[in-house]
Amino acid sequence: MGSGMLIVLAQTRGIGMPEPVSTFASEVDWLWNFVTIVSVFFTALNLGLMAYFVYRYRQKDRNDLPHGQHHNTTLEITWSVIPLIIVLAIFVWGFRGYLSMATPPANSLEFMATTWKWAWEFTYPNGFKTNELHVPADKPIQVVLESRDVIHAFYVPEFRTKRDIVPGRYNKIWFQVDSEPNGVAFNGAIETETLPDGSKKYTDHGAKKYRLYCAEYCGTNHSKMQAYVYIHTQEGYNAWLAAASNWQEGLPPVQVGQKLYSLKGCNTCHSLDGSRGNGPSWKNLFGYPQMLKSGDSKVADEAFIRQAILEPNSQGIVGYQPVMPKLNLKESDVSALIAFIKSQSDKGPYPQTSPALKNGR
Amino acid sequence: MSATPQSIPTDIFGKPVNPQKGDSYLTHDRGILSWLLTLDHKRIGLMYMVVILASFLLGGIFAIVLRTMLAMPGANQANHASYTDEQLAQISVNNDFYNQAFTLHGAVMVFMFIIPAIPAILGNFVLPMMLGAKDVAFPKLNLLSYYCWVGGGLFFVWVLGKGILNTIFPGMVEFWGSGGLDTGWTFYTPYSTSTGTAATAAVAGVFILGFSSILTGVNFIATIHTLRPKDMGWFQMPLFVWGLYATAIMQVLATPVLAITLMLLLAERMLGIGIFDPALGGDPVLFQHFFWFYSHPAVYIMIVPAMGIISEIMSVFSRKRIFGYAFIACSSVCIAIIAFIVWGHHMFTSGQSDLLNAIFSFLTMSVAIPSAIKIFNWLATMYKGAIVLETPMLYAMGFIWLFTIGGLTGVYLAALSIDMHVHDTYFIVAHFHYVMVGSMMFGLLAGMSYWWPKMFGKMYHEGWSKVAAILIFAGFNLTFFIQFIAGSLGMPRRYATYPPEFAIYHHISTLGSYILATGLFIVLGVWIHSLVRGRPAPANPWGANSLEWHTKSPPLHANFEKTPLATDPYDFDDWRWDENVGGYVMNENTHHEEKTAQTK
Repeated sequence: MGSGMLIVLAQTRGIGMPEPVSTFASEVDWLWNFVTIVSVFFTALNLGLMAYFVYRYRQKDRNDLPHGQHHNTTLEITWSVIPLIIVLAIFVWGFRGYLSMATPPANSLEFMATTWKWAWEFTYPNGFKTNELHVPADKPIQVVLESRDVIHAFYVPEFRTKRDIVPGRYNKIWFQVDSEPNGVAFNGAIETETLPDGSKKYTDHGAKKYRLYCAEYCGTNHSKMQAYVYIHTQEGYNAWLAAASNWQEGLPPVQVGQKLYSLKGCNTCHSLDGSRGNGPSWKNLFGYPQMLKSGDSKVADEAFIRQAILEPNSQGIVGYQPVMPKLNLKESDVSALIAFIKSQSDKGPYPQTSPALKNGR
Repeated sequence: MSATPQSIPTDIFGKPVNPQKGDSYLTHDRGILSWLLTLDHKRIGLMYMVVILASFLLGGIFAIVLRTMLAMPGANQANHASYTDEQLAQISVNNDFYNQAFTLHGAVMVFMFIIPAIPAILGNFVLPMMLGAKDVAFPKLNLLSYYCWVGGGLFFVWVLGKGILNTIFPGMVEFWGSGGLDTGWTFYTPYSTSTGTAATAAVAGVFILGFSSILTGVNFIATIHTLRPKDMGWFQMPLFVWGLYATAIMQVLATPVLAITLMLLLAERMLGIGIFDPALGGDPVLFQHFFWFYSHPAVYIMIVPAMGIISEIMSVFSRKRIFGYAFIACSSVCIAIIAFIVWGHHMFTSGQSDLLNAIFSFLTMSVAIPSAIKIFNWLATMYKGAIVLETPMLYAMGFIWLFTIGGLTGVYLAALSIDMHVHDTYFIVAHFHYVMVGSMMFGLLAGMSYWWPKMFGKMYHEGWSKVAAILIFAGFNLTFFIQFIAGSLGMPRRYATYPPEFAIYHHISTLGSYILATGLFIVLGVWIHSLVRGRPAPANPWGANSLEWHTKSPPLHANFEKTPLATDPYDFDDWRWDENVGGYVMNENTHHEEKTAQTK
């Protein structure tokens, strides 16, 4: 028992836990393993005693009436005090581990995570925004959490930490991932790839990728509200950010709009194939009349779409709930989105060039 | 069990009951109105049984729906790439259906099954008889509480069910309007104040159900205080009565807070008063504080009466006095008190202050002590006993197993740093199913199989009953133990779809849920078979000595022929096994005669 306990505790990874990645993991996993040993011990004790008693003291005659002891204060105190000492120790260790999670170091690099149903947007120190979180290793990272609608939560299992994202207040979460134990490296180059839709993708092959979940229930697509956290070396991060911040340069507006379509989370509600979502599909939206709740019918032209983006729900299309969030968009982004929406309609100026339509999506 | 017992009803002395005088509460009055307007606590208990078990069936069907959806390929995101657009669109509709389904499952199970089941069914039936009384203190209030339940429950199910039906038959929305609820049973703001589903109506339903709970609690407190026999002091009461008393206190003190919270929610949704919604200047975390101030005690409202049942059964089926009576009794009250000061552990990740988190973590750890006291005392009761493995004892031992696992995993969650990792994952889903469902359901099944002969005057098929108990136990563990592992690996709860690496855990869990459901349907079959063809139950099939066994099965309309004296509920010396009766009988010439002589 004793040596087995030491072997389990000496492992850094918790039993049944995901890869330990952040600097919190060793402390959490150590306590996890300790509580597991305590639990297995008491479960085995209880069930072992129960099984033994059933085997040893089975009734042999219907009229057996054993008159054993039915009170023992010493025993009662013993089995109250021993669990008390154990849980108090667990409390103290749990609180110590929590305190380090709750106190971001002063030299943390700060990011912002903005959330809404059902998308993530991360703002980098240079103002760049995207739906993936790329951070450098070996440095404390602090993420300020903001929600535009309901409660969400930031959760990366490998980091062993979680924080609710509550509208109306700023919660914070911090973590640090060290490069060496996790094999984060930089091979000196960011690979630039032009996707079939013409937009660009920047990849650092030495970076590590972890799944980020929304862990607080937030409605229809709660389970799809996922993103990725990439851990780079400092150099890799610098190179990636420089490349990614420049992504709009040299792209035609339609392709910028297509990129924004997924970056800004438009794709969670608006399909491109005519299927019904929480908002109208963008397939053949432009140039077609829309039935409004006021009873009017309006053709979705540039001005109509511009108002729909900048003042969500102000026009009210029949058959849709007013659930569209107000996005923080630059003027050029709005134009790019309108160009992309136009490209998805056969009444648009360039239906034949639409890459999405050609792919059937 | 070798000899064939008599097939006619017998009284506590093993004498045949004269068929002409064979009146019981079941046959005392006839006609549907004699049931619907009855003031008899036993009949009200049975009427609760029908509606609460129907809710359990409804909640259970949706549990199977959820588990089946989670096992289907659409839930596994690995396959999405190969899907057509129509299939992808269908998955989005499925998400809405899933969200309504898990809300219906959780809300119906919590508000209409787990919270009321043991107090309303078994408490109503057994409590007055355990005290040697004719009825509860306020029989009319008891009936009112039943109709609050039925009214609130029907309304609640109607509202939630409409949403489900509208998803399946979209045309019906024209006929009966929209409905449904997709907030989860917790109604967290601001989601619940902004959702397009019928949160307002659903909240009103829960509000009415809450009154049923309050009225039952008030009634039980008054009954226990005023209707005990003269010579039954507090520490001579059966432990189930202690459990019901602790539960009643929690119901009376905590449920009004839920009612107030729901009223505030209604005010916000209907009048736009900013209380919880940050867009109106409110604070969403305030709702969580209010909600859990009720709902944490509610968790103990679910489990404490089940613990009372286990205490009875452990003693009777070990044929030995309960070990540490006073410690078990006081631990129930202790749990009831602690219940009110640990609510904040539901909000460890919400951003509440670190000091509050530390205090709630510390207080939560203290729940381990009364829980440990109970388990160790039950084990000590078995020590050197004469253990009888009948169905109630199998369920009681299953309870100890599940509660041990449920309780110990609660220690993980109370430890702050570990909770940061497993909060809102399947780990907590598994934990509260072990504590609330596993333990409470096993307590209910233990109690139902223990008191069934008394309630209906019929025995059930012991063999099939044991098969069911073992299937339920195996199915339950298969369904939920695997969820601890999925949760510690990071599988978030309330997810309609999940990353491919979790598929194996969901498939195993779903398989377990089918086994669990099979076991529960066998129980239903055993019960129906017993009602139709069961042999007449003796007055005391298990040799227990609490007062409900001191009358024939089923009891008279007035429970007892003459008001009984208090007995020592854990002294079984007066009862001797009688092969002809198939139960235990009291020797007419000894104790009982002397005791009744003293009363005259």
